[in-house]
Amino acid sequence: MTGLVGAVAQVVVVAVGSPLLVGLMRKIRARLEGRVGAGVLQTWRDLRKLCRKEAISPHGTGWVFRMAPLVLAGTALVVASVVPLVTTQSPMDGVADLFAVAALLALGSVALALGGLDTGTAFGGMGASREVTLLALVEPTILLSVFALSVRVGSTNLGEIVTAAVHDPMAVISPVSLLAAVALGVVTIAETGRIPVDNPSTHLELTMIHEAMVLEYAGPDLALIEWASGMRLFVLLGLLAGLFAPWGIATAGAGPVAVVLALVVLVFKVAVLGAGLAAGEVFMAKLRLFRIPELLAGSFMLALLAVAASYFLA
Amino acid sequence: MTDRLVVNVTAAELADRTSRLLAGGYRLALAAAHEDPDALRLVYLYVAGSPDRRTELHVRLDPNEPVIPSLAGLSFPAGRFEREMRDLYGVVPAGHPLPHRLVRHHHWPRGWYPMRADAGPPPAFGDPEGPYPFLTVEGPGVFEIPVGPVHAGLIEPGHFRFSVVGETILKLKARLWFVHRGVEKLFAGRDPAEGLPLAERVSGDTSVGHALAYCLAVEEATGCVVGEEAQRGRAVLLELERLYNHVTDIGALCNDVAHGILNSQSGRVREQLLRLNEEVTGHRLLRGGVVPGGAVLRALPAPGRLMALAADVAELAALALGHGTVADRFSGTAVLPAEAAQDLGALGYVARASGIAVDARSDHPFTDLGPFAVTTRPGGDVLARFQVRAQEVATSVELITYLLAGLSPAKAPNPLHTTTPGHCRSPGSGGGHRSGPGSGVGIVEGWRGTITHRVELAADGTLRRVKIVDPSFFNWPALPVALSGAIVPDFPLANKSFNLSYAGNDL
Repeated sequence: MTGLVGAVAQVVVVAVGSPLLVGLMRKIRARLEGRVGAGVLQTWRDLRKLCRKEAISPHGTGWVFRMAPLVLAGTALVVASVVPLVTTQSPMDGVADLFAVAALLALGSVALALGGLDTGTAFGGMGASREVTLLALVEPTILLSVFALSVRVGSTNLGEIVTAAVHDPMAVISPVSLLAAVALGVVTIAETGRIPVDNPSTHLELTMIHEAMVLEYAGPDLALIEWASGMRLFVLLGLLAGLFAPWGIATAGAGPVAVVLALVVLVFKVAVLGAGLAAGEVFMAKLRLFRIPELLAGSFMLALLAVAASYFLA
Repeated sequence: MTDRLVVNVTAAELADRTSRLLAGGYRLALAAAHEDPDALRLVYLYVAGSPDRRTELHVRLDPNEPVIPSLAGLSFPAGRFEREMRDLYGVVPAGHPLPHRLVRHHHWPRGWYPMRADAGPPPAFGDPEGPYPFLTVEGPGVFEIPVGPVHAGLIEPGHFRFSVVGETILKLKARLWFVHRGVEKLFAGRDPAEGLPLAERVSGDTSVGHALAYCLAVEEATGCVVGEEAQRGRAVLLELERLYNHVTDIGALCNDVAHGILNSQSGRVREQLLRLNEEVTGHRLLRGGVVPGGAVLRALPAPGRLMALAADVAELAALALGHGTVADRFSGTAVLPAEAAQDLGALGYVARASGIAVDARSDHPFTDLGPFAVTTRPGGDVLARFQVRAQEVATSVELITYLLAGLSPAKAPNPLHTTTPGHCRSPGSGGGHRSGPGSGVGIVEGWRGTITHRVELAADGTLRRVKIVDPSFFNWPALPVALSGAIVPDFPLANKSFNLSYAGNDL
């Protein structure tokens, strides 16, 4: 029962909290740059504003364009419900497989890339082409780095990986974890379109990756995409925290208090990670597009080393 | 005031005279058509620096059949001026290698020349000359990215057509001229003093540069002599304009590589400079500071304050270039070779960043600037253009300090009026050293580069023809040259490093 409550709770926290996370990160960035910045609630206000607008789809676009935001948001919600953020006892635990989660995230990205292509505009195609290039480097790294952690447990089920870590916290402190954590951290930045890979706040169409794909979206569709992008960021940061700092996550047999505590801990961990990411971005600049594959190839190498190390050290 | 040599030549002699002038180190600064009662007169202004030399070639053409042998083979800018004259006046450049329309877009009907006196109101759009002739690049994997003229950011309208393979730019075509306002025609018939507000608005960020070039031209045409103190005040305003614009660009270049914190800090410095501008002239963009016959400064900037700001800018520039990623993005991006810059007649920081020491402050000085040295960098890339700007901020503050020392402190708080406006408004009748009757030229190093204005007055003292040349007119063709071989996501950065004016280009 607590598993079901926990799963529902984590979906609600992700859904409600992700715009707040984005707002918090913008606020921190603004303050560090010496600006006042908009309030943390601004992202929610923006979403409300977009939802009140009329839905518009460009001429010549079809169901691919209209479905893309729904698929993106849908996959983000499913991932939010299965990844062990609050509880490892989700009723959908059977789906919480490493490969399934990586594939769900990829499905959302691909849907959006197809939506960008469906507009037939130069920017949609350009953004989609860049996004898929990154995706081809990001997805294997996610798979490999989590796989390195699964070797110790002997299962690719994320719930079991986290449960093992909760029961034996010292096992987390290992070269394998360190390598995997760095690799996963880098691809989280790439996957969520943050500096130095992409600049979420740019107005320069020609430099965009994620934003170029969604240029033609407006109104409620755009709100859905923004919201889903926030959820993906929240889930990936939550997963990062769950895998490498699993303390507080409710495991089998935990009571309602543990679930509440796990919620609070999750919010705290994600906020800290988000704040760290935002603060780090202030000191970074965007890489030249052709340097990004070098960065991602590097993170892939780290993930590969993590897998290798997990066999040698096991 | 510099002597200006005016030579009347025939159309046949033009090419020969031009090649001799170009060989003598002159550059074509301005070419414009004028409607005289009995002829269509073309004026080619050639200038050279150190010492300041100015020569005008005047060619009179039959107004019913104005044909001029093209100079495009001798000088690239001449070819552009010819296309402009063709579109606005119907002067046919015979033998021009690229006789496409330049200023008038293709939907304007054939045979309508908006600058002519008998042009009348704009006619209805048609499509008489077909679509715009974009050069199509063909090959496996080559595709086109059209961008603009409406952009996502708050920038001026321009259409860019990229032919790319993957992310690499094979060819870039910049299609401009979306903002033609007929400024030059608006000048005609106005009193010279009434032309000033127009000159200040040619390009919003170059109020002082254009106002000063205009005033210098009007003063030469009217034979008005401006006091040394007022000229120094004007030079101070010109440097203040350079300061706030360079600081804006330094921040914007950092912002374009997503290093936002330096942009925020540049914004802080910029705002202090704008407030200083307001104290000095009563206008944040320095309007009203330069007037025909003098300068109006409500207060003088404190050198200490400017030096503190210059130190801030130097620190920001050092932080930017000390950042590995920022330096990597700037270095080797969009290289404009010195030879190309020379051939295209590039001006301002674009030319200086390619190693060409062209600067009207040393070539065509209107007041003594003391130990002024032109800043150049050899690289020709975004980094060089960034460094030239950063260095020029320091130079400008030094110049202002030098100029302020010459402005007597006792007079400082008072407005610096040196000549009564009435004296300068009347068309000069004497002035034996003056060359053209009622005509004058003003050459000023605006923050973007050398601005040239040429004014002709009618017998009653009103403006008959004003020709304005913004450095952007020369520099726009350099952008596609610098970008060949660059990658698409670097275009905004390269474009910002040029930061050319659309409004100043298209008058």
